Amino acid sequence: MTFPVLSIITFTPLVAALILLLMPVNRKNEARVVALASATFALILSLWVYFNYDQSIAGYQFVEKYEWLPALGISLHFGVDGIGAPLVLLTGVVMFTGVLISWGDDNPHVMAGIQDRPREFFAFLFILAWGVLGVFVSLDLFMLIFFYEIAVFPMYLLIVIWGWSVTREYAAMKLTLYLLIGSVVSLVGALAMYFAQYQNTGVLTFNMLTMESARFSPSFQIIWFLPVFLGFAVLGGIWPLHNWSPDGHVAAPTAVSMFHAGVLMKLGAFAALRVGIMLLPEGAKYWQWLIMAFAAIAVVYGAYIAFVQKDFKYMVGFSSVSHMGLVMLGFSTLNADGLLGSGLQMFSHGAMTALFFAVVGMIYDRAHTRQIPELGGMSKAMPFATVGFIIGGLVSMGMPLFSGFIAEFPIFMGVWQVHWFVAVICSISIVITAAYIMRNIRQVFFGDMPEKFEGHITDITILDKVAITTLCIFMIVIGAYPKFMAPMVQTGVEYIMRLLGGS
Amino acid sequence: MFTSISFASILPEILILIVGMLVLIIEPFWKEEKRRNVGWLTAGGLFAAMLISFLAGQPGAPTSALGGMIRFDWLGFFFKMLFMFAGAATALLMMDHEQLGKRGEAYLLLLASLIGMNLMAVSSDLIMLFLAIETASIPLYALAGFMLGDDKSTEAGFKYLLFGILTTTIMLYGFSLIFGFSGTTDIYQLAEMFRVGAIAPLAAFGILALILVGIGFKVAFVPFHFWAPDVYEGSPTPVAGFLSTASKAAGYAVLLRLFFIAFPEPSLSASWTTTLAIIAAISMIVGNLLALPQTNIKRLLAYSSIAHTGYTLIGVVALTQLGAASVVFYLAAYILTNLLAFGIAMAFSKATGLENIQDYAGMSRRSPWLGLMMLTAFLSLTGMPPFGGFVAKVVVFAAGIQAGYVWLVVLGVITSVIGAYYYLNALKFVYLYRMPNQDEENHPIPLSRPYAIALVALTLGVILIGTIFAPWFNWSDAGALNLF
Amino acid sequence: MDFISTHFLSLILFLPALAAVFMLFLPKEEIKLLRWFALGASLIPFLLSVSIWFQFKSSIPGFQFQERYEWYEALGSTVHLGVDGLSLTMVLLTTLLTPLAILASFNITDKVKAYMMLFLFLETGMLGVFMSLDLLVFFVFWEVGLIPMYFLINQWGSANRNYASMKFLIFTMGGSLGLLLAIQLLGVLFETYDLLALTQRWTSLQPDSTLLGMSVSTVKAIAFWAFTIAFAIKVPIWPFHTWLPDAHTEAPTAGSMILAGVLLKLGAYGFLRLILPLYPVEARYFAGALAFLATAAIIFGALASFAQTDFKRLVAYSSVNHMGFVVLGIAAAGLAHGTPDATIALNGAILQMFNHGLSAAGMFFLVGVLYERTHTRNLEEYGGLFTLVPIYGGILIFTSMASLGLPGLNGFISEFLIVRGSWPILTIYTAVSMLGLFFTGAYILKALKKVLHGPLNEHWSHGEHKLTEINTREMLVMAPLILLMLWIGIYPAWILDVINKAVMMLF
Repeated sequence: MTFPVLSIITFTPLVAALILLLMPVNRKNEARVVALASATFALILSLWVYFNYDQSIAGYQFVEKYEWLPALGISLHFGVDGIGAPLVLLTGVVMFTGVLISWGDDNPHVMAGIQDRPREFFAFLFILAWGVLGVFVSLDLFMLIFFYEIAVFPMYLLIVIWGWSVTREYAAMKLTLYLLIGSVVSLVGALAMYFAQYQNTGVLTFNMLTMESARFSPSFQIIWFLPVFLGFAVLGGIWPLHNWSPDGHVAAPTAVSMFHAGVLMKLGAFAALRVGIMLLPEGAKYWQWLIMAFAAIAVVYGAYIAFVQKDFKYMVGFSSVSHMGLVMLGFSTLNADGLLGSGLQMFSHGAMTALFFAVVGMIYDRAHTRQIPELGGMSKAMPFATVGFIIGGLVSMGMPLFSGFIAEFPIFMGVWQVHWFVAVICSISIVITAAYIMRNIRQVFFGDMPEKFEGHITDITILDKVAITTLCIFMIVIGAYPKFMAPMVQTGVEYIMRLLGGS
Repeated sequence: MFTSISFASILPEILILIVGMLVLIIEPFWKEEKRRNVGWLTAGGLFAAMLISFLAGQPGAPTSALGGMIRFDWLGFFFKMLFMFAGAATALLMMDHEQLGKRGEAYLLLLASLIGMNLMAVSSDLIMLFLAIETASIPLYALAGFMLGDDKSTEAGFKYLLFGILTTTIMLYGFSLIFGFSGTTDIYQLAEMFRVGAIAPLAAFGILALILVGIGFKVAFVPFHFWAPDVYEGSPTPVAGFLSTASKAAGYAVLLRLFFIAFPEPSLSASWTTTLAIIAAISMIVGNLLALPQTNIKRLLAYSSIAHTGYTLIGVVALTQLGAASVVFYLAAYILTNLLAFGIAMAFSKATGLENIQDYAGMSRRSPWLGLMMLTAFLSLTGMPPFGGFVAKVVVFAAGIQAGYVWLVVLGVITSVIGAYYYLNALKFVYLYRMPNQDEENHPIPLSRPYAIALVALTLGVILIGTIFAPWFNWSDAGALNLF
Repeated sequence: MDFISTHFLSLILFLPALAAVFMLFLPKEEIKLLRWFALGASLIPFLLSVSIWFQFKSSIPGFQFQERYEWYEALGSTVHLGVDGLSLTMVLLTTLLTPLAILASFNITDKVKAYMMLFLFLETGMLGVFMSLDLLVFFVFWEVGLIPMYFLINQWGSANRNYASMKFLIFTMGGSLGLLLAIQLLGVLFETYDLLALTQRWTSLQPDSTLLGMSVSTVKAIAFWAFTIAFAIKVPIWPFHTWLPDAHTEAPTAGSMILAGVLLKLGAYGFLRLILPLYPVEARYFAGALAFLATAAIIFGALASFAQTDFKRLVAYSSVNHMGFVVLGIAAAGLAHGTPDATIALNGAILQMFNHGLSAAGMFFLVGVLYERTHTRNLEEYGGLFTLVPIYGGILIFTSMASLGLPGLNGFISEFLIVRGSWPILTIYTAVSMLGLFFTGAYILKALKKVLHGPLNEHWSHGEHKLTEINTREMLVMAPLILLMLWIGIYPAWILDVINKAVMMLF
């Protein structure tokens, strides 16, 4: 396939951002239309990639390679494997739904959407998307870090300018500094790997495929695995480096929260997998117990903290910590089942949390509060959103026939093969999650609507409904029909297992 | 004696001289208001000079020229191009400055300094080097204190003068000691002298220390940085921009050539690399920490330049080809970025007369383009992609790791995160905060044509270096190759 | 036609869910349309399962009408459906009770569309458990049935529904957590979830080899307890029963019918299908404890019923009581595996599952009929209603007698079989449970007395509170139940035969 589909997908958001910045300031609606058009285009292309992925071949597909700086071995090297392709799709989906959610409502009482400078908002959001897509498709370590860091600074601007006025400055700065520290630590590790490979094999290159056979010594791997893995995993929300995440989620505007929890955190996990586990397997095996411990704590602790939250958005934020903990847990098992589950969980959680934040945003725009005890009876005013949220809740609880179960089950199978005790402890989180999800659903959506909201809560817009439906379709299809995604992720996992088993 | 090589080797300087002549001659014919066209002349002339030199004056294999005074190689050539570009941009930025723009002398001083800097980059003889340094610095002393009515400017000029003269004198003493011990002032022969052991180690160490004083002043690393914040704040803003970029880069050109060529001998290099490593570390820490509480944008940029000096030094400390290449690349990216930053400060203070960061509130609404350009500059300073600062940092860090200075790189990484804090903070004012009465639309920030051209060119340059960086790096690498 | 005959089970299984999805697009104001559509959609599986019943050849061992579809091959799980005598009985019960429950729900006027959709989804969930021959799919359907029931209780239930629904959910999910972990363990060990394959490999494991670092017997014990607790909560076995009274009482009428009629049987089915075949040794070892708990359930359930003043709660506790008998039979079978007594006990247990399904559904419905008219469930507020509503009274007496175990009605047959079978095996426990039978009679008669007999409570005889007779729709709901209760009581062979052959081949 010579059609450079991956570079087109990756650079579409950048082109869109540049177009947006060149548009006049007062053309708000045109800006939105441009944004939606490019998001749709990217989504269609990512669907195309997904469905044209040949699941019978191992390795990377749709590969493109352009020499960029041969003197240092830097090239624009793109490709997706079975784990990357679903994530590219996820990015397309979340971009699409995020733009829809940010559209706004004609009703003046509803604070929905981005009304102030939508042009800049979408431009920055798309630069973020550019970085994200770049990481998912990069097979060159320099470019991976290049795109990874691109995904950091737009978050600052998006949160600080359009976020929740109470905490946005604090949350944005904390988030950015945390993520920056993580990424530069990984950068140092990556540079060390780059030079070590040069010493071992005489080849000076950032090509990650070459690095898989770089013959790093075990002691090198053991020393450098933690900085590299944890540096990236900060963005994945690994405990105890997760502190930026709940505040960041809450302070961000809705579409940014969707993107942040839905895609950005997967970026961290993905990079940790690609660079940490795949390129430093001995180190991964050595530190397996530590990562597993951190992940297990995140799973249970995240669920528990979500349980006691009174702010609806904080609840979702902490539940993300718990679910990303499951992803890390799956990684730490270093076996085929756990990795399969992690790959699926990244997609499933991405869609689910995007849905959660979208609905929370819809409620906040209308009720102007996120305190759970103050809300109630929303199902009467927003039935569609209620059903959407319930579906998301079921996914979150790991209810079978939804994607959450399909993802969590293999993770636990993987954990069983390492240590049964951890599996038992982590399964407690399932019940805790069920408890707080159902309790909060009941409190917020059912029961009686408080008087002050009577007549003020309007239903969501048609665009909101399209967004919710899109996300739900994926979660239900994967849940009922795992063949839609599981075999693809498996091809990626097999490749990783070979890397782990070989060295 | 006068071969074509001789001619080609100083072609840029000749051209600059011609431009200067033109300025001198033509300027009186323009009336008062039109005097600022001298800026167009200067900038245009410099661009033309760059073009001609590029087409006709490219170096081949490195050779000595002009009786061993000049080294004609890629390293020098690349630096010259950078300096001339910086000069052209500065000339454009000077054009609408109240006190500078209409004074032809300002442009002449600029050109004179440029000639000196160009020669600094190619000097292969200690005497030539000293002459070049003085030629570069003296006009700058005058430019710093150009605003006669302004106390701060006068203070800046004076401070710069005193500091400069002191440190270059000390450096001259070091040069003379070298001559005394080795009997030669040719840099390229000095390495041999040291290897043979003609100079006792203790003495050598002392000499290096003396030389470092002079260089330290030029590039403003700790503890010779004290002049920088006051001078940057006091001088006219375009001059501050020029000082912080071209002048500093010229200092690095000297550092690279002198130390890599003359003092690479392991017994020597162990001491000066360690010293520079410590200096780099302290500069990074001091620069970043002291930038945190700054409220004046020029002072902020001053301390940030001190920090950036620290980062650049990592490449020098590495003492490898990659190290040298990374230094050159870093300087290229840094020149563009810092000029952009000072240029924006210039444009803003021209429109509003204000220099405090807090006064930048709502700037992105008053002029979205200016806001984006400031975003570019500051993010590049932070070291974020897709801007030049990112690639520059990565290469410099890579050089540091390759040479085994992992601790220094880790320190650099941590301090750059501190840097992120104050850069983002400034951007917060630009993008989030609003003017007190929220009517930014009524207070736009106009950009005159010279500013627009300069700033847009610089912005594009920063982005270009950050994305399509292969050509730049290859040039830097070609230059670095000349040092080994 | 060919498609139908090769896809019987999947049609029965998925038609309700598909109908529910179809209902999504029906307008929610057309209440009549929604009700009749749901009823029609639930009748089709019933007809199909009756058809299967007649085509089922009870003398052939193993599972019939098997179907197998790829599902999650990455983990080794397929949608493997099949029925034997045991599961076919349960399928029949489910497909019979669901239309009746839907018919009983015709008096619901609030959010009818959501209600009917949830019911249909629930039906698919329950059927899936009974038909599944793949452990993972078993678990999927097990869990799937929880959420519709949660919402049914939570949205259409009585005053204390929030507490009751949450307790139901958390209890059951907590229980199934162990089930989940054990299934994961099995999947990891054998890389397949197919029940047939698993049974063979699991039981042929050498006791002294090691699995996952632990000895086989330890692993088996852990898995046994994980499975047992999950099913014990569902049945429910005392002392894990505390969710039941609240859930049954607060659920809407039809919800209680299905809860008591079918959902409890899921737990017992789990014991029969999974625990006894997979863990014969452990089952035998712990059978005594199980019998103890069963007897406790019988006695305490009966006593608790007796003490109730809330009619519905009384019936709820009676479920504990009756399911206790089922567990007693299972315990006996576990202890004396393969003997004729065990077979008899098991026959009784399975028949009791069917019978209790009928009678409990009937009882809850009748309570609902009364509640709908009087808006109270307090026994003290009734009295002498027989004169006002004689037909209702007659039906109530009939159903109560079946529940009590009057000879000539179905309850007698199953209870007799259980007692007959367990006596030689678990003599003491059986003897004590006879006491329970005594109390069963006591509470049923007490209920009847309070409701129907005694002095007429004038409150209900005139004015706006005048009690109306049972109407045609309600009689239609009860009719099939009554018919079956009578028929099984007089001529049980048609069902006992199927059950018996299945039991003999399984155990």
